[in-house]
Amino acid sequence: MAQTDINIAGVGGQGSILAGIILGTAAVTYDKKYAVQTQAYSSELRGGFAATWVIVSDDPVGFPRVTAPDILVAQAQDAVNRFAKVLKPKGLLIIDSDMIPEPPAGIERVVRVPATYTSRNELKAPVVANMIMLGALWQATHIVSREAFEKAIADFVPRGKDKLNLDAFERGARAVENQKI
Amino acid sequence: MSEARRVNTGTHFMMGNQACAEGVIAAGCGFAAGYPITPASEVFNALAKQLPKAGGTLLQTEDEISAVCTAVGASWAGLKSFTVTSGPGISLMQENIGLAVATETPLVIVDVQRLGPSTGVPSIGMAGDMVQVARGSHGDYQIIALCPESPQEMFDMTVQAFNLAEEYRVPVFVMAEGFVGHMRERVVIPDESEIRLVYRKITQGGEPLTRRDFLDPEVASMPVFGRGLKTHVTSSCHDEYGMRNLSDPDVMHRYIMTPIQKILSKRDRIVEIEADYEGAKLVLISYGVVSRASRQAAAMARAEGLKVGTLRLKTAWPFPDKEVRAAAESADFILVLENNTGQMYPYIKAESAHACKVGFLGPQVLGQIHDPQYILAKIREIMK
Amino acid sequence: MSEKTHPLRKYMRPQVKKTTFCPGCGAGIITQALLRAIDELGLTMDDFVFVSGIGCSAWIPSPLLNADTLHTTHGRPIAYASGVKMGLPDKHVVVVSGDGDLSAIGGNHLIHAARRNIDMTVILVNNGIYGMTGGQTAPTTPYGLTTITSPYGNAEQEFDISALVVAAGGSYVARWTTYHPRQMTKSIKKAIQKKGFAMIEAITQCPMQFGRVSKQGSAVNMLKNYKQNGIRIEKAAKMDPSELQGKIVEGVFVDCDKPELISSVAALQRRTGGKE
Repeated sequence: MAQTDINIAGVGGQGSILAGIILGTAAVTYDKKYAVQTQAYSSELRGGFAATWVIVSDDPVGFPRVTAPDILVAQAQDAVNRFAKVLKPKGLLIIDSDMIPEPPAGIERVVRVPATYTSRNELKAPVVANMIMLGALWQATHIVSREAFEKAIADFVPRGKDKLNLDAFERGARAVENQKI
Repeated sequence: MSEARRVNTGTHFMMGNQACAEGVIAAGCGFAAGYPITPASEVFNALAKQLPKAGGTLLQTEDEISAVCTAVGASWAGLKSFTVTSGPGISLMQENIGLAVATETPLVIVDVQRLGPSTGVPSIGMAGDMVQVARGSHGDYQIIALCPESPQEMFDMTVQAFNLAEEYRVPVFVMAEGFVGHMRERVVIPDESEIRLVYRKITQGGEPLTRRDFLDPEVASMPVFGRGLKTHVTSSCHDEYGMRNLSDPDVMHRYIMTPIQKILSKRDRIVEIEADYEGAKLVLISYGVVSRASRQAAAMARAEGLKVGTLRLKTAWPFPDKEVRAAAESADFILVLENNTGQMYPYIKAESAHACKVGFLGPQVLGQIHDPQYILAKIREIMK
Repeated sequence: MSEKTHPLRKYMRPQVKKTTFCPGCGAGIITQALLRAIDELGLTMDDFVFVSGIGCSAWIPSPLLNADTLHTTHGRPIAYASGVKMGLPDKHVVVVSGDGDLSAIGGNHLIHAARRNIDMTVILVNNGIYGMTGGQTAPTTPYGLTTITSPYGNAEQEFDISALVVAAGGSYVARWTTYHPRQMTKSIKKAIQKKGFAMIEAITQCPMQFGRVSKQGSAVNMLKNYKQNGIRIEKAAKMDPSELQGKIVEGVFVDCDKPELISSVAALQRRTGGKE
């Protein structure tokens, strides 16, 4: 696949934008691919909308704006409401199934990840829900190598929290293993 | 100070504004001034952390007026100087940008443009200041302005801006947009030894008010402060020796014309474009991040067999008049694409209307970069 | 006939043969006080950078003084001077400009330079009016005074600039009229030596504009008025505010030592490894 356009969205505080930056870093810094990452968010840092768009490509990226993504990673109902309508036909929707009980009708390829439940109740760390979603994204698409993802995660998470975050990534990956994509 | 620490050599996935700050440091900037403003803040934020380590100083000023003034003052103190802001800050700086022009002060100003007029939308980019940086201060003058289309060019053009400012003793603008400033992309920062740096020529001795400190079309050496040169600098009308003169019409003429000539006579060395329109009947002219949409649309059109080319103005000012003329004279139609309502369009039209048809296409929604599909539709319509 | 040269002429540019001041202007007294201070301190003009804005008093350093001089836009000399000082921390940076320049259009830079306590001397030449542009009301014009732009009397209150700069954080603040040039000289010496933001508010006569509109008349009359109404700060402190109506409080308003900006910046550069 030459170029993949990804939209990761949620509400402020869920780490959607950081997830996009980690994805781009994994692609560029560690997999020697090309990537563009852009974002939009409301002025309040918590609770408003937050979204990032990442283009991952084998070649230099031309037009840097994502108009219709191949993949939407949605961490909140608001993200689905806002962005699902521009997902490409046959595009992949990855949802936090604890936040989004029912994906919108008409989208065929849906992956459900219990990211909020897993982060809160199993990892006791709600902030790593975004890493669970990244793990799911990786398992579902292999868009960049797992090694690249792991290195990029280590670059961005607080020192001493690598293990927790990598564990979250792993749980996200496992949650997708048996789903039909 | 180890030289190696100055340059963040390597391949990075980096925000445009951060890449700009890396460029400031790689260029050997000695002083940066700034005032917080979206979407430019990350540049100064990064410098606050990195510049002191690289041996430079910075000042967060009380407003953008002070930012540009302190930067000019530091430049006369002999330092490569810098400030960064967005449209509202540029508006405030205008009077003193004029002083920098009139006193022939090397200075780099990065404008991470945002949607306006007025307070507008801080976080949405728009190429809204293209004319105000060139014409916004009162009187007649020429500056240099560069238009980056990527975080990589935020680095490259920032370094280049310092080089041009030092070489020509002129304020140089990097006309970024919020979109490029905030986007992250692959940025390759070369080894320090591969980055060409220019330093201003500095006056060595001579009598003040008798040596030629100003108004030299070949760029006078700069009599910076602190070296016993007893330099006299005034932004008021002055002669070649820096002496104020408010009575001689010939001096007034030279005070305006020579700094303009200084830039225009070197325009072939300053102006950079990217031309890809051989055999094209329609040429898309754009600058900044819109060029990326423009190239993509041209590629899509060519795939349909349409003869479409592109001309990208890497330099906006001095205006690439010859380069636009050449494109116009080889094509049937020029379509100008800008993320505004047509700021450079009249200048482009003035150089091309004699030779071909000229049209303008803004984005579907101002502030959003043109969708290549939307450009393609327009191309099809024109070439029908 | 042998030519006599003023002992302070050596500090002025030989190419400059005349000043641009009206007869009776106080700028000459202030220039003398400044140059005498430099002379008495044993400093040379190469130890200084002078910065000025727009207005009559901005022409005190430019082009007169034989040193690095930067003549800038209206209101901004303190901002320019801050940049010069950041680049040349070892030089004495002196701003000479007027009350309109530094307290009206440039008031923001004045208070913030004082707050930062950047090592700099500001000679704020206060003539209570816009002289160069023809006698308009300034922030320093007394309440009730008739000027070109207050033809029915000034409805505004005037700035106490020295008190303002003390409040903003200046390290050394003094006010003297041109009737007290020796005291002014002494204060300028102190200001130059002060490691921090120092301001001398030099109250000066503008016979052509202020003298005319205030009906105080000639320079001599204005100086007599300074003599009559000048009152030392120590004495004023013991007086009732009502007794101070129409008086000019003179003296040293503050003289203290506190962390200075340039040294603090140098210290943080050393701490981060950017400077030996």
